[in-house]
Amino acid sequence: MSVPMVLPFKLVMLDTDFLLYALFAVLIVLITRVRRNASLRQTWRRVFERPGAMAAVVILAVYAAIALLDSVHFRTALYAPDGAVTGYSPQILSVLDILCAPLRLHTEHTYSAPFAEHALVRETVMRPGGRVQRIFPRLIWGGRGLAGPFARTRDILQRSGRGLVEALLVWLMLLCGVWLVREGGRDPRLAWRRLWRGDSKLPWRTFWLTTGLVLLIGTVVANLAVEYHVLGTDQVGIDVLYKSLKSIRTGVVIGTVATLVALPFAIVLGIAAGYFGGFVDDAIQYLYTTLSSIPGVLLIAAAVLSLDLYLGQHAREFQSVLERADLRLLFLCLILGITSWTTLCRLLRGETLKLREAEFVQAAVALGESRARILRRHILPNVMHIVLITLVLDFSGLVLSEAVLTYVGVGVDPSTYSWGNMINGARLELAREPVVWWNLGAAFIFMFMLVLAANLFADAVRDAFDPRFHRSS
Amino acid sequence: MRRSAQYTIAVLAASIVIGGCSSPWNDPYPANQVHGDIVYSAFTAQPKYLDPARAYSADEYVFLGQIYEPPFQYQYLDRPYRLVPLTATTVSKPSYLDSAGHRIAAGAHAAYSVYVIHIRPGIRYQPDPCFARTADGAYRYYPLQPGALKGRYRLSDFHHTGTRELTAADYVYEIKRLADPRLHSPIYGLMSGYIVGWKQFGKTLAAVYQDHRQGAFVDLRRYPLTGVKALGRYTYSITIRGRYPQFRYWLAMPFFAPMPWEADRFFSQPGMAAHNITLNWYPVGTGPYMLTVNNPNREMVLKRNPNFHKETYPRHGGPGDAAQGLLHDAGKRLPFVNEAVFSLEKESIPYWNKFLQGYYDRSGIGAENFDQVVRIGPHGHPRLTREMRRRHMSLSAQVQTAIYFYGFNMLDPVVGGYSRRARDLRRAISVAINIEHEISIFQNGRAVPAQGPIPPGIFGYREGQAGINPYVYRWAHGLPRRRSLAYARRLLAKAGYPNGRSARTGRQLVLYFDAVATGATDQEMLAWMRKQFAKLNIDLVVRATDYNRFQDKVRRGDVQIFSWGWNADYPDPENFLFLLYGPNSKMASGGENVTNYNDPAFNRLFLQVKDMGNTPARARLIGKMVRIAQRDAPWVWGYYPEQYVLSQPWYFNAKPSLMANNTLKYIRIDPKLRARLRRRWNPPVLWPLAVLGLVLGAIFAPAILEYRRRERRRPL
Amino acid sequence: MIRYIIRRALYAIPILFGVNLLTFVLFFVVNSPNDMARFHLGFKRVTPQAIVQWKHDHGYDKPMLFNDRAKGVQKITQTVFFQRSMKLFVFDFGRSDEGRDIGYDIRQRMWPSLAIALPTFVIGILVNITTALFLVFFRSTYLDWLGRLALVAMMSVSSLFYIIGGQYLFGKTLRLVPISGYAPGLHAFKFVVLPVVIGVISGIGASGRLYRAFFLEEIEKDYVRTARAKGLSEMSVLFRHVLKNAMIPILTSVVVVVPSLFLGSLIMESFFGIPGLGAYTLDAINAQDFATVRAMVFLGSLFYIVGLALTDITYMLVDPRIRLK
Repeated sequence: MSVPMVLPFKLVMLDTDFLLYALFAVLIVLITRVRRNASLRQTWRRVFERPGAMAAVVILAVYAAIALLDSVHFRTALYAPDGAVTGYSPQILSVLDILCAPLRLHTEHTYSAPFAEHALVRETVMRPGGRVQRIFPRLIWGGRGLAGPFARTRDILQRSGRGLVEALLVWLMLLCGVWLVREGGRDPRLAWRRLWRGDSKLPWRTFWLTTGLVLLIGTVVANLAVEYHVLGTDQVGIDVLYKSLKSIRTGVVIGTVATLVALPFAIVLGIAAGYFGGFVDDAIQYLYTTLSSIPGVLLIAAAVLSLDLYLGQHAREFQSVLERADLRLLFLCLILGITSWTTLCRLLRGETLKLREAEFVQAAVALGESRARILRRHILPNVMHIVLITLVLDFSGLVLSEAVLTYVGVGVDPSTYSWGNMINGARLELAREPVVWWNLGAAFIFMFMLVLAANLFADAVRDAFDPRFHRSS
Repeated sequence: MRRSAQYTIAVLAASIVIGGCSSPWNDPYPANQVHGDIVYSAFTAQPKYLDPARAYSADEYVFLGQIYEPPFQYQYLDRPYRLVPLTATTVSKPSYLDSAGHRIAAGAHAAYSVYVIHIRPGIRYQPDPCFARTADGAYRYYPLQPGALKGRYRLSDFHHTGTRELTAADYVYEIKRLADPRLHSPIYGLMSGYIVGWKQFGKTLAAVYQDHRQGAFVDLRRYPLTGVKALGRYTYSITIRGRYPQFRYWLAMPFFAPMPWEADRFFSQPGMAAHNITLNWYPVGTGPYMLTVNNPNREMVLKRNPNFHKETYPRHGGPGDAAQGLLHDAGKRLPFVNEAVFSLEKESIPYWNKFLQGYYDRSGIGAENFDQVVRIGPHGHPRLTREMRRRHMSLSAQVQTAIYFYGFNMLDPVVGGYSRRARDLRRAISVAINIEHEISIFQNGRAVPAQGPIPPGIFGYREGQAGINPYVYRWAHGLPRRRSLAYARRLLAKAGYPNGRSARTGRQLVLYFDAVATGATDQEMLAWMRKQFAKLNIDLVVRATDYNRFQDKVRRGDVQIFSWGWNADYPDPENFLFLLYGPNSKMASGGENVTNYNDPAFNRLFLQVKDMGNTPARARLIGKMVRIAQRDAPWVWGYYPEQYVLSQPWYFNAKPSLMANNTLKYIRIDPKLRARLRRRWNPPVLWPLAVLGLVLGAIFAPAILEYRRRERRRPL
Repeated sequence: MIRYIIRRALYAIPILFGVNLLTFVLFFVVNSPNDMARFHLGFKRVTPQAIVQWKHDHGYDKPMLFNDRAKGVQKITQTVFFQRSMKLFVFDFGRSDEGRDIGYDIRQRMWPSLAIALPTFVIGILVNITTALFLVFFRSTYLDWLGRLALVAMMSVSSLFYIIGGQYLFGKTLRLVPISGYAPGLHAFKFVVLPVVIGVISGIGASGRLYRAFFLEEIEKDYVRTARAKGLSEMSVLFRHVLKNAMIPILTSVVVVVPSLFLGSLIMESFFGIPGLGAYTLDAINAQDFATVRAMVFLGSLFYIVGLALTDITYMLVDPRIRLK
């Protein structure tokens, strides 16, 4: 008698998950290709020679890692009393949810300030004898283990100290690991001095400093978050740190997937318009002029409203909130892609027009190479830098636009964790007395870090790849 | 060039300083209004209907109530609410007729009831272009010459006005408008069941419209409506089928206000609608105020109607009214305030902030400001905080005649039906949804958990132990206590879902919640709701849509669990019990019974209770009905919201009324006090600007030094 | 020149037609006139007759794109699309789905929009140029480095934060200006100050950097070196030569938005309660008022096309070598 093997979970692939994986895969392929190509490697070196870009890449990597962890979704198994799996929970979780389980599960009743032990809002309680009082109730989780009224500061210091030590250990381990692998463990003092003085072609010192800082923040927060709500809680008591972390995926998806979905259209149409000219060119030009002449917000609004209507009419087809929200997110990416597609298309058309007349292309034509081959071998590789620059430049703009669109009411689904939703909700909170600033503050910091890193990185990429800008700065 | 820039700055600075002398910098109103006898408030969205036949929402009644005058009104101060005449001479009792048209005694079975209403002579309409006449007596603006509309986009572009005495025929005209199929009055359906000849009139009109241009004027005076007649210049009668004692309350709503036929004719002229000049946009009434500015993009202004008839402030009030100064103006002539300015304020935050700065006279208290304003005293009574007391604000709090609840669609195969299983499931959910918690988080305690459909203040509401819903609460230590989660889980197991999983199939119970959700704040509400069901291990899928789609889904019965609210039209329990009356089912008949609840015993009792006077017998029968509904649990009873209103110290005679909507005329303000307090509350804070300047200077100082260093070093 | 403008205008027609068609299709793919009628009537007034009448009153009772029951040209003209969308070409916006005259509302509401957008635009350009000049003057010093960092940081902050923060600080805490609202005429000043300041500040980051790049590009050209070699001070080099020549890319990069200034800013206006066209559009979006949204899309596209043409013309005016073809 064979027992069917049953996993304790069942993977769920959302549409945007798939796209993120695809993106990640493409990224890995590209990196390996770059490593093999000498001239590309040279250009990329120029990117990383900037300390700012190096730091930015570390930060971006952290955000990307969190987004990826949050993109592995599954349902957990449900067990019958005899231990057999009877089905899977309708609740979809991600790996990040599991890693942040304390954050996810430690929900309070309502608002509480960062590191608070008591709720921010009074609650009516009935005292024995029918006396009614409004008091600040003790939080369920925040500062739960604290003994007395003065224990908090000490506890926070202790936990931070532990985090510091942990961070230092991990950091040193990483450092030693790299040293052992790359230099075979030779000459520790020299290696250290080189690092300390920043005495290397690439700014490794910045790299290690940033990594150390990220590690430090990570471990300290992790140590504190078990006991406290480091960034407070929101109106229904959800930990704001958890919300901010979950919002990372939304931001990253919008920043990358939107361009990704538009990329094929932009490349194919842009190159086709530039290379073939004539009627094709006219048609494509007409298409993108028309699209780009519609004010972006209005186009997005019209499209998203249409989607809303569709979702309203087909509400029964979506089993879970997450799938529904994901569809909306994907759709938003699509429509953002469509609005941003036109700029790239125009640039590529122009570049292709120039390339078509270039000698090496003319030579290939004279040699009787097929059109497809010319386009693939000669044109495409020579416009890729434009694609790359657009991609990195668009990223931060897209992340920012999410917040604005969500405010306008045509952004992500209200049930999606996103910075836009956090900011939107935070408006009311600013009118409260005492002010609830942590929702807004958290959204600000998390978003600012991502966008700042992206901007710094984009700058470096543009300077390295765009000869025109390279000259001037 | 530099000099001119300096000059501009100096002028700007001077203008700010000069402006600052008369009113604070942040005063959003024109400087000449500083001492005006004006009430300031806001509207959140442009009112859709200002036609009394079509309007049916609070934000429309804020305006219409001050302009149009139905025959009756609610006494301003008395509680319980009592009808008194407004334009009528008395609040007349109906006479009852049998099917042959003979008068019968009050207790007998009546085929018809007849209301005869006498109105006071000498009441005149507000000045309006529709009445304007030329010297030779012809209407000045009817018919309009071609091209006369050029450049006229507002009613005030017609400079001449006139007036006319109010007659009974105007009331008849308006009731005919209610029956006009072109206008889609929201009470068309309801009244067609009562007023005699309604449907026939609709058919006649529909035939008439066949041969009329779209929107053309059809003189309703020419087509008779059998049940409504003018019996003389000042008398008219309304005949309704059977008994409907609640009908008198409708006669206090703007639906039954007078409409001069001249207005209808004037506004129906071709081209007017295309220029935004419609009757739906420019009310013509006899009330204390008239709408003089109607700019939905920015502000609406009500000004005193110079033709307003004599009306005085009530001389008697309820207990405690005199002590609160509410009888200070007794017997004085109404209205007091010259003008009411309503500014467009789409969001609550700026409204609240401006209220605190003294630029609005009254404000509700949102959940986010509650603790800033109110402290709950030791006995559960709200008190103002020290800061608010220091500002001499006054607070009024009362439970509204409204209920918010979660409905189960009784036709749904899972949560609906009358089997033991379904009932247990609904009761389990009713216990699990912690309404007290919801009130605490989302309402800041500004609500009372509901035990049944009837809110306090309405006849039939029961206080204390006798009134609690025994299926959800138990009585302990003199208070209702919600039953425990364990109890709910037991019920759920009894219903066949031990621990949220079907005993039969082993699958998890998934339920659907339909809601209106558009913003981020709704989201928190929905997250909370999911948490409530998660306590029973039920997975709740939220299907959020916009308001209209949601309404449509409820109408089609395409919902399972949903939230809903009801606000009383009039102070009678019938207005709540009919929400559970089977034949009123939303799906079957488009009525207001949104859960499609249908219990024969309840239905029978409803018919009995409907026509009774407020006697102990009625109270007993209502008690029975409530018990039936509690047993079946078609609603999670939710809560009765409490209304907290905060008034500025210069705002007098404000007594919250849940029924009356014509309250502006009673309000008096002290503009001098207001101007003084506004100045005191709004001194601009300037030092941060100085700090900012210093910081900027600190940034630029090294730049300047650097520049000078460079200049010096520059090779010649 | 005139021929160019005429050609440009002719070219705009198919584009605007496409824009109209696209908005139309986008809206009606999922929405039906029945839905719209139900939405606008409100649930208390929905009856089958009411829906039929609403559609008739608002011109949604015809076929969408093609009327096969009509004859000849009417197959095309007797449709919702033709009746409601093509009239835009003669600036007949018709009545909104709420029943108000759209053209009148637009004429009323463009002034408040302009009152904010125009000062923001002009002051913004001045401030951005000043910032960029400052950085260029101190290029390759720590001031440049700090300034650039500040600019990147500023452009990494969502505009929502500027608005929320500004309103909270200046309106609520410091009480310097009214929190929101608007008044026509000169009274508009106190309502407009804060949005303009916020608009300018939130634009410094991106534009300041861009202009700096323009300046740097100029500064490395030969004529600048010559001028400097002649002994001109750095200041006069910057102001007389670099600024003058860098104005070309700056002007051509901003001219495209000039016509669209009328349309105002969606978010700024709704935050500050300014009754301009931005807030109008936003309201229309939220109220699903298709007629208004369509009119605004049309105007937006039209202004954009005009802006593009203006850009080309500016190119030609500032640089006679460029011929328009």
